[in-house]
Amino acid sequence: MEHIDFSLVDWSRAQFALTAMYHWLFVPLTLGLSFIVAFMETLYFRTGNPEWKRITKFWMTLFGINFAIGVATGIILEFEFGTNWSNYSWFVGDIFGAPLAIEGIMAFFLESTFIAVMFFGWNKVSKKFHLTSTWLVAIGSNLSALWILVANAWMQYPAGMKFNPDTARNEMVNFWDVLFSPVAINKFLHTVLSAYVLASIFVIGVSAWYLLKNREQLFAKKSIKVAAIFGLAASFLTMVSGDGSARNMAKFQPMKFAAMENLYNGQQNAPLAVMGFLQKNKTETDPKKQDFVFKIEIPNMLSYMAFLDPNAYVPGVFDLVKGDKEHHILSYKERTEKGKIAITSLAAYKNAKKAGNDSLANASLAHFQENYPNFGYGYYANRDVNELIPSVPTTFYSFRIMVFLGLHFIALFLVVLILTNKDKIEQKRFILYTALWTIPLAYIASELGWVVAEVGRQPWVIQDILPTIAAVSQIKPVSVQITFWLFFVLFTGLLIAEIKIMISQIKKGPASEPSQN
Amino acid sequence: MFETFSHTLLQQYWWIIVSLLGAIVVFLMFVQGGQTLIYTIGKTDDERTVLVNLLGRKWEFTFTTLVTFGGAFFASFPLFYSTSFGGAYWVWMLILIAFVVQAVSYEYRQKPNNLFGKRTYETLMFINGLLGTLLIGTAVATFFTGSEFSVDKMNLTRITGNLMPVISEWKGMANGLEAAFNLQNLSLGLTVFFLSRVLALLYFMNRIRNAEMMERVKKQLLYNAIPFVVFFLTFAIWLMLIKGFAVNPVSKEVSMEPFKYFHNLIEMPVVALLFVLGVIFVLLGIIRPLVAFEKCSTKGIWLSGAGTILTVFSLFLLAGFNNTAYYPSTFDLQSSLTIENSSSSHYTLAAMSYVSLLVPFVIAYIWYAWRSIDNKKIDIEEINSESHVY
Ligand code: HDD
Ligand code: HEM
Ligand code: HEM
Repeated sequence: MEHIDFSLVDWSRAQFALTAMYHWLFVPLTLGLSFIVAFMETLYFRTGNPEWKRITKFWMTLFGINFAIGVATGIILEFEFGTNWSNYSWFVGDIFGAPLAIEGIMAFFLESTFIAVMFFGWNKVSKKFHLTSTWLVAIGSNLSALWILVANAWMQYPAGMKFNPDTARNEMVNFWDVLFSPVAINKFLHTVLSAYVLASIFVIGVSAWYLLKNREQLFAKKSIKVAAIFGLAASFLTMVSGDGSARNMAKFQPMKFAAMENLYNGQQNAPLAVMGFLQKNKTETDPKKQDFVFKIEIPNMLSYMAFLDPNAYVPGVFDLVKGDKEHHILSYKERTEKGKIAITSLAAYKNAKKAGNDSLANASLAHFQENYPNFGYGYYANRDVNELIPSVPTTFYSFRIMVFLGLHFIALFLVVLILTNKDKIEQKRFILYTALWTIPLAYIASELGWVVAEVGRQPWVIQDILPTIAAVSQIKPVSVQITFWLFFVLFTGLLIAEIKIMISQIKKGPASEPSQN
Repeated sequence: MFETFSHTLLQQYWWIIVSLLGAIVVFLMFVQGGQTLIYTIGKTDDERTVLVNLLGRKWEFTFTTLVTFGGAFFASFPLFYSTSFGGAYWVWMLILIAFVVQAVSYEYRQKPNNLFGKRTYETLMFINGLLGTLLIGTAVATFFTGSEFSVDKMNLTRITGNLMPVISEWKGMANGLEAAFNLQNLSLGLTVFFLSRVLALLYFMNRIRNAEMMERVKKQLLYNAIPFVVFFLTFAIWLMLIKGFAVNPVSKEVSMEPFKYFHNLIEMPVVALLFVLGVIFVLLGIIRPLVAFEKCSTKGIWLSGAGTILTVFSLFLLAGFNNTAYYPSTFDLQSSLTIENSSSSHYTLAAMSYVSLLVPFVIAYIWYAWRSIDNKKIDIEEINSESHVY
């Protein structure tokens, strides 16, 4: 398929990545801060202490600023499936559209209705109704995360569906399999928990800044306490669910897993490279192979982590490409052949059906169904199968940075919590500076998580079934280039505005008196 | 329950839901209309702040309904989603950008250090009000005028040769913008634009307590109602006269039928009734405050709003029901989309139908929450006493 314009596919991917990564700059703070604000208002409700109301209102203002731009960047993504991934929209719309629609009906309305009560209802509705609204906003935003992540998880592990040759698309056969697939559950938990971590770090970092400036001591310490407890709990669970994600990956997306670990030659008792530096290995014949210049490793650990068995066999990139009879791994060449059979049998089935030749139709259909699991590979029939290997260094480094930062966050939460309990935190300027500078690190960790998940599955839009080259819309590459730069300029401008507004509000600080309204 | 329904029934049920959502979006676009009137009605900074805050408490709702409309359309008629969005790329992209810039404008307009200044955010609101309404109206008009595209599912099997394996191929030269150069499409676009302004004025009448502003609102109501009626009549009369895209119920073949939409109206008396009632409600809502302002100023938005919903709803039904292709292709008639050939599977439609049972519940809590915070008319004092001001 030399005819596919690669600049079209690449610009479409770049545009999706750009808009998704911008969206994700704002989403995690919304997800986490909505709960933190709800905790704070609950403390106000329970104690009647106006200081808690002041605290609640301050964080709520920051929430509002961040929320607006989260909404602005989200609408693009929803429609981009149609505009830029048109084939994808038909091919999987029967399954993928449903969570998106449910998200709108169930989550977005909940969020947008009660956010109005949260902001405008302070002196109009009862305290109890107000508190309930704040909780409903938190629940609503997290529900919206649930549905979109179910959709994303389904792309990594397409469960609960069946291809219908008459309509030429995948159709849902079991909603619950889609909703409760192990990948979906893990992905949801890991993503929202990581968002709570990020929001906690945000609250701690901003509060640390007040302490460094000798302002708002009481306010800052109370905020830190709430956030540190929440963040610590979320951190541990983030680790557990991240481990679960990795195990799912080993099972369902072995290529992503091998890339993330820079594992080229599979082995039993595979060691885990805790950290390492990659080098392009010039002596190998394979141009894509990377090796370590330096590494620290734990023996057997990778096998254990992936399959809970130190002796387990973990396939590497080469094994997946070249195949391995002993471990029942088909080579990419064979899978490409099978995919090609699936696609051509589909065409034969359709033609036979049109011609009224039932026996040929049935035979083609049987052929097709037998080979469907490798359908997507068929699009690589005339291409280099090495294109099916994702970028190893990107996934390898991104994953490690995310995990190391995760450990740093846990340490920070622990230290901060101990110091606030001893009421000594304002004296530890080094810790306060660290807390402040950890804010950008939290964003980096969170974005890198998506890089691992999304770059690692390239070029699959739907694992093994639909590659990017077959998912894209037929538009002029120049149109996509123009919209890419439009979004780039627009979102960057809005981001800068958002940061400036945020900083001014933080400098202004919470309302000076515990206000009456 | 739903799984026992036939596929056709579920398709119709979802077409009704999508139509209803679309109709509600058009009604709620009074927010967009209002955004184009901020400087016409508000002469001082305080007055403009009142207007922005009035609209600001509703914009989320319009936006969310639009997003849900998109999601529901995707889930129930995915072939429309892939054909129209991927093909009429530029129309949809411009609409989207117009909504992106709106989403931040309220929150950031008055905030210190907002980088671009208040005027910029107000301009962005204006752009959203103009492009959002005009282009959505234009895009919906293509349901009756058609677009140039072809759909062939066999394209998916193109793995050799020189063509992309893309099912829906757009043939229009300007990726959707060509629709905006068609007078019939434009007449609907302008109808929606002026309608949204009329509705905004009626909403202001319902909510503002300020005599001077009210004078301006009254005057503008007349100025905007006249072009609205003219463009609407142009579109409506033309619609009754044109050939439409009829589907043969047995062979599924699409052909051009003279007076198709007029026939649809006659053959579906309930739709005709909704349409006529809708038009009457819209007009009554406008006329009553014009002739008897004191008595009738607050009810207009409800009457015209309900009328808008009924009219747009019946237009969608005219486009999709009674063996009609709702997204016709003028390039290849047989590629035209019908609710039958573009829908999701029986299983998915049934599963989502259960979710649709939540809708009355959603409407109920929205009603309840709003009543609790919107119980009196507002002026600048009220707004300044709030802790959250746009
Ligand atoms: C894990 C969470 C998460 C993820 C991965 C995504 N989003 Fe999102 N999205 C949210 C969590 C969220 C949110 C926190 O719920 C937001 C932020 C502000 C808001 O209203 O809801 C939101 C806003 C938001 C909006 C505006 C909602 C409104 O009208 O209120 C849309 C249309 C989308 N998103 C769509 C998407 C799509 C199509 C995504 C996939 C590429 C996506 N989001 C990824
Ligand atoms: C918000 C966080 C997300 C980020 C940061 C993100 C990141 C990315 C990146 C970097 C790419 C391009 C990869 C490449 O070209 O190498 C991509 C592609 C894509 N992602 Fe995501 N993604 C996110 C969420 C999602 C979600 C939740 C979905 C599905 C609902 C999704 C669906 C897709 C699709 C359809 C593509 C285009 C096809 C492809 O290149 O695979 N993404 N994403
Ligand atoms: C500390 C141990 C951690 C482990 C073992 C871990 C593991 C993983 C793995 C394996 C994935 C890829 C999942 C997939 O591709 O399906 C992932 C994704 C992700 N990680 Fe982590 N992670 C950790 C910490 C963190 C932290 C601290 C953050 C952010 C604050 C974070 C944010 C994310 C995000 C946003 C994603 C993308 C969503 C997803 O695919 O689930 N992770 N993580």
